[in-house]
Amino acid sequence: MNKVWVYIDQFKGSALPTSWEGISAAKLLAGQYGGGVTVVIFGKNVESIATEAFHYGADEVLLADDASLDDYRAEPYTALLAKLARESTPEVILFPTTTRGRELAAMAAIDLNTGVMPDVIGLEVSDGSLLATRPIYAGKLLSKVTCLTRPQLVTLRGRAFAKPAPDASHTGTVVKVSPVMSEADVLTKVESYAAGEAGVSLSDASVIVSGGRGVSNNPSLTPPAGMDEKQAEIWKAQQGFKLIGDLALVLHAAVGASRAAVDAGYIPYSHQVGQTGKVVTPDLYIACGISGAIQHQAGMRTSKVIVAINRDPEAPIFKLARYGVVGDLYAIIPALTEAFRKRLGK
Amino acid sequence: MKIAVCVKQVPDSAARLVAIDGKANWGDSPLVINPWDEYAVEAALQQAEAHNGSVTAITIGGEGSKEALKHALAMGCSEAIQISDTGLSQADSQVISRILAAAIQKLGDVDLAFLGRQAIDTDTGLAAAQTARLLGWPALTLVSIISSVDPTTRTIQVVRSAEEGRFTVSAKLPAVLSIVKDFGEPRYPSFMGIRKASRAVIPVWSLADLGLGVVQANISWLEVLNTPQRQISTEMITGGNPEEIAGTLADKILAEKIL
Repeated sequence: MNKVWVYIDQFKGSALPTSWEGISAAKLLAGQYGGGVTVVIFGKNVESIATEAFHYGADEVLLADDASLDDYRAEPYTALLAKLARESTPEVILFPTTTRGRELAAMAAIDLNTGVMPDVIGLEVSDGSLLATRPIYAGKLLSKVTCLTRPQLVTLRGRAFAKPAPDASHTGTVVKVSPVMSEADVLTKVESYAAGEAGVSLSDASVIVSGGRGVSNNPSLTPPAGMDEKQAEIWKAQQGFKLIGDLALVLHAAVGASRAAVDAGYIPYSHQVGQTGKVVTPDLYIACGISGAIQHQAGMRTSKVIVAINRDPEAPIFKLARYGVVGDLYAIIPALTEAFRKRLGK
Repeated sequence: MKIAVCVKQVPDSAARLVAIDGKANWGDSPLVINPWDEYAVEAALQQAEAHNGSVTAITIGGEGSKEALKHALAMGCSEAIQISDTGLSQADSQVISRILAAAIQKLGDVDLAFLGRQAIDTDTGLAAAQTARLLGWPALTLVSIISSVDPTTRTIQVVRSAEEGRFTVSAKLPAVLSIVKDFGEPRYPSFMGIRKASRAVIPVWSLADLGLGVVQANISWLEVLNTPQRQISTEMITGGNPEEIAGTLADKILAEKIL
């Protein structure tokens, strides 16, 4: 059994793409620890993920395919992962920093009496131990941590490691494993599921277009009759977010928002970027009508290229921006959408 | 119904952080209750109100951490406990969770334990799941709605958030819950609450009081670093009309080769 494992997070038989980034990181570590990369897949009807894992570079797959693992639940997943790790004593298990990945790592660490280094953006091996770099205070600082026990559990921040290029000719061995908990012993049950909003997810997005408080600031828009002041403000903001949505569509981007826009009721919390929202690292971040409070900066400052569009030339967001436009976002954004549509041939 | 809520004192989210000699410094920024924990306190209080229960707030830390407890008391918690010990300087999430689990057990007959989704200082987001695992209770993390709690049948139903959407999950009590912002805005401390909190005598428990010996951290913090300085030269795009500005901007962005 290999010393470096990668846990693949899946939902309804499809791997979350960010999971594959773990194989890139694992390959780097396997060079130091020796051996290849073992991928761990739990679920129901997940055999096709094993094939995919080999294409992405896995040498071996530990596969548990069972009805009791159909819905992710922490208890049976944790019990099984801990048992496998006790038997085969890997040095490292890498997880994606997804909702399930983080929770499973946390709980398996208790069963294995070991440590978790969550949300890691950099890894090196020194004297047989990982030195992990992880952002703290929403990325205002970095910390270097190491794990004194084995296995070393790590969750990798999305987009910190590149996704490997698939090779359809690469194969490996599948080792089938069985769940260790019976249904009667599981204390939780998933009753139902409601899909979230369609669209590109903020955490995976390589381009994000975000709106702030300024999105409601369009004096030339006349809201429908009968709205009070607050309703009119939200209505105006929603017109603004429609323009942001159009630009996002052309750029295949996710839509983000500042806390001010979320708290004002312009857009649901799931879009919030910042210290009490999501921390994102896209290649391109377009901030529209966002002044750039320190809490917002913490969530987006490591974006590769930042573009700021704001009426206020003194807005702090311009200090982070590679390109800035002082002007009315209601005029600039539709023009920008059109400009990209032409240039990208859409 | 007996409810516990775990809170932490952290630097304000507006604090400017600097690493000095490998440690985090926040200058004279105020320390506040972790913003995520306020949602946990709110959820705990709502359950106490619905089921004629009481809420005990727990924190781990030195004298300053009492302020987080006072905030929780001012919001309406009935009791607070501070856990402080000289052996706690190098705690990782597993150590914190062991202490919280032991404190929840010492309180006795707790039906629900609430935590925030993560602390905005260390940002690990592990404590709720780990505390649940140590207690052997279901972990209901990232809860946005508590649909029902039935103390008679000892069941709870919640809505949890994940990447794909919302999951309705049922579980047995007792359970550990972590609460997200979608739950709804936490209440402000009331004037009466603030007065009560300011007079509250908060008991301090040591590790020995919890029946714990030395709890060994598995994670070692080597150092805290400043983020690399980025050299950003901002280029302001101007033009005669929005179309011209947008055209120039689009060309510049495409030239970055990131799309």
